[in-house]
Amino acid sequence: MSSENTEKTNLTRRKVLTAATGVVGATGATFLAVPFVSSWQPSEKAKAAGAPVDADISQLLPGQMLTVSWRGKPVWVVRRTPEMLDILPTLDDSLRDPHSKASEQPEYCENEVRAIKEEFLVVVGVCTHLGCAPLYRPAVSSPDMAEGWKGGFFCPCHGSSFDLAGRVFQGVPAPTNLAIPPYHYLSSTVIRVGENPEEGVA
Amino acid sequence: MQPSHPTPKNSLLAWLDARYPLVSTWNVHVAQYYAPKNFNFWYFFGSLALLVLVNQFVTGIWLTMSFKPSAAEAFNSVEYIMRDVEWGWLIRYMHSTGASAFFIVIYFHMMRGLLYGSYKNPRELVWLIGMLLFVVLMAEAFMGYLLPWGQMSYWGAQVIISLFGAIPVIGPDLAIWVRGDFVISDATLNRFFALHVIALPLVLLILVFMHIVALHQVGSNNPDGVEIKKYKNEQGLPIDGITFHPYYTVKDLFGASVFMFLFAFVVFYMPEGGGYFIEAPNFEPANPLKTPDHIAPVWYFTPFYAVLRAIPDKLLGVIAMGASIGVLFAMPWLDRCKVKSIRYRGASYKVLLTMFVISFFVLGWLGTQPATPELTKLARIFTATYFLFFIILPFTSATERTKPVPERVS
Repeated sequence: MSSENTEKTNLTRRKVLTAATGVVGATGATFLAVPFVSSWQPSEKAKAAGAPVDADISQLLPGQMLTVSWRGKPVWVVRRTPEMLDILPTLDDSLRDPHSKASEQPEYCENEVRAIKEEFLVVVGVCTHLGCAPLYRPAVSSPDMAEGWKGGFFCPCHGSSFDLAGRVFQGVPAPTNLAIPPYHYLSSTVIRVGENPEEGVA
Repeated sequence: MQPSHPTPKNSLLAWLDARYPLVSTWNVHVAQYYAPKNFNFWYFFGSLALLVLVNQFVTGIWLTMSFKPSAAEAFNSVEYIMRDVEWGWLIRYMHSTGASAFFIVIYFHMMRGLLYGSYKNPRELVWLIGMLLFVVLMAEAFMGYLLPWGQMSYWGAQVIISLFGAIPVIGPDLAIWVRGDFVISDATLNRFFALHVIALPLVLLILVFMHIVALHQVGSNNPDGVEIKKYKNEQGLPIDGITFHPYYTVKDLFGASVFMFLFAFVVFYMPEGGGYFIEAPNFEPANPLKTPDHIAPVWYFTPFYAVLRAIPDKLLGVIAMGASIGVLFAMPWLDRCKVKSIRYRGASYKVLLTMFVISFFVLGWLGTQPATPELTKLARIFTATYFLFFIILPFTSATERTKPVPERVS
């Protein structure tokens, strides 16, 4: 190394080397970030835990609700009375999505009552706002509900309300109707939640 | 500006000082840090925040020795700490009370800034770092609240993490990524534990360090809002300044002892803080199938929570809540008045600030209440007045009729 080289700095070379090091370093840092970011995704174990569950509805009286746990979420089965079903069509004007166009449900539940058999509503009990489990308030003018209450679900967290088909009312924070999970009837008294009918038949 | 530091006489100290800037650091930040001589009540809260931070670190480290960060064991391990671990109840109550005390102290500390214009030129960065500290502290407190795995822990976390789900396009995947599962689960608890006990405390510590360094670079503001560096004596020291040590160390020690009286009273006589520091449903283990009939976040989040609830739209609600915190970052630029202290500011700022403080308290109360239609209406009104403060301020502050500011501190 001659003494001239040490005294005269090649600024261009220095800039190129700095830039190249920066680019290579940034690329490396990005690749290095992948395992750390991906490590936060659900593990294989968490992904595997999604097995269907069966609900025995033989003991369910009209107007009653039972809760089963599916994928860690509450799934409700409500046995609706004819009076409850009669009220549903009258509510359309006060609902945000009366025909469930923007809501989540399997094709076979895209109907007025959002169910396979109109008597039994099967719905994921997770508010579409921020994930609380709404309360079941089936009676017309329940004492702790606002005036004109026609029966349905009320979310205590942020005041969203849903009718007895899980359809969301207007003027509440929840954007869409309660989700209907895939389900089908194993027999007239047993519902399998988490599986579509065709899968079950096979 | 740089304080003089002659070689220390003590030989051990001299040996150390030759190898580490011990004396000069002590002098710059403590013994020869000149603070205005007119600090009042509002100036206790910076050092108190540091005291509470130390309390949280020490009690927190001790709690990790008996706590089990798993969904199956967390709730029982907290009960074990409360009943079976020697003095465990005291350490846990010091930690849970410390969390609330932290926010009381920080809210006073922030209020001081609003009163005396401490966020203004040249202290914008001190304010910004402070606001970052506030946000990280909220994350720290939120994650800590999940750990006992009670009903309120679970459903509070469910609601807050679902906030991410409101973000368009990436929201739902982001919420799953944060939870590490499709619902709040063991994975969520375990990672919140990691973040709560190491990642965020580390960030807090670094930010506190930067907050103090930034403050000491520009010097402390004071209740008169005048710069003490303008008038210096022959040695170049501010005439209206006194050294932090011993003057303010003694003053702060007095403040700390009064604070500790109050703190001990809560720890020993009302550790649940009337259901506000530890909420009743949290004495029940988490049940993913049933939300408590009335859920509310811990008191220090309720003003922002009330804003979220007031907006009848999921995304807009989340945006409004974010904005209610985020807008505070912009204070140094929203307030265009050159006069710092409220003592010499015009009526408009006094009225606006009063409106803001009332809105904050009313929203805070509303956030603890169930969402009835009447209260929701009230929450909308006070959400509006909360934001009005920031909307009107840039206009009124530019042409504010201020009083003459004294040249030196009075």
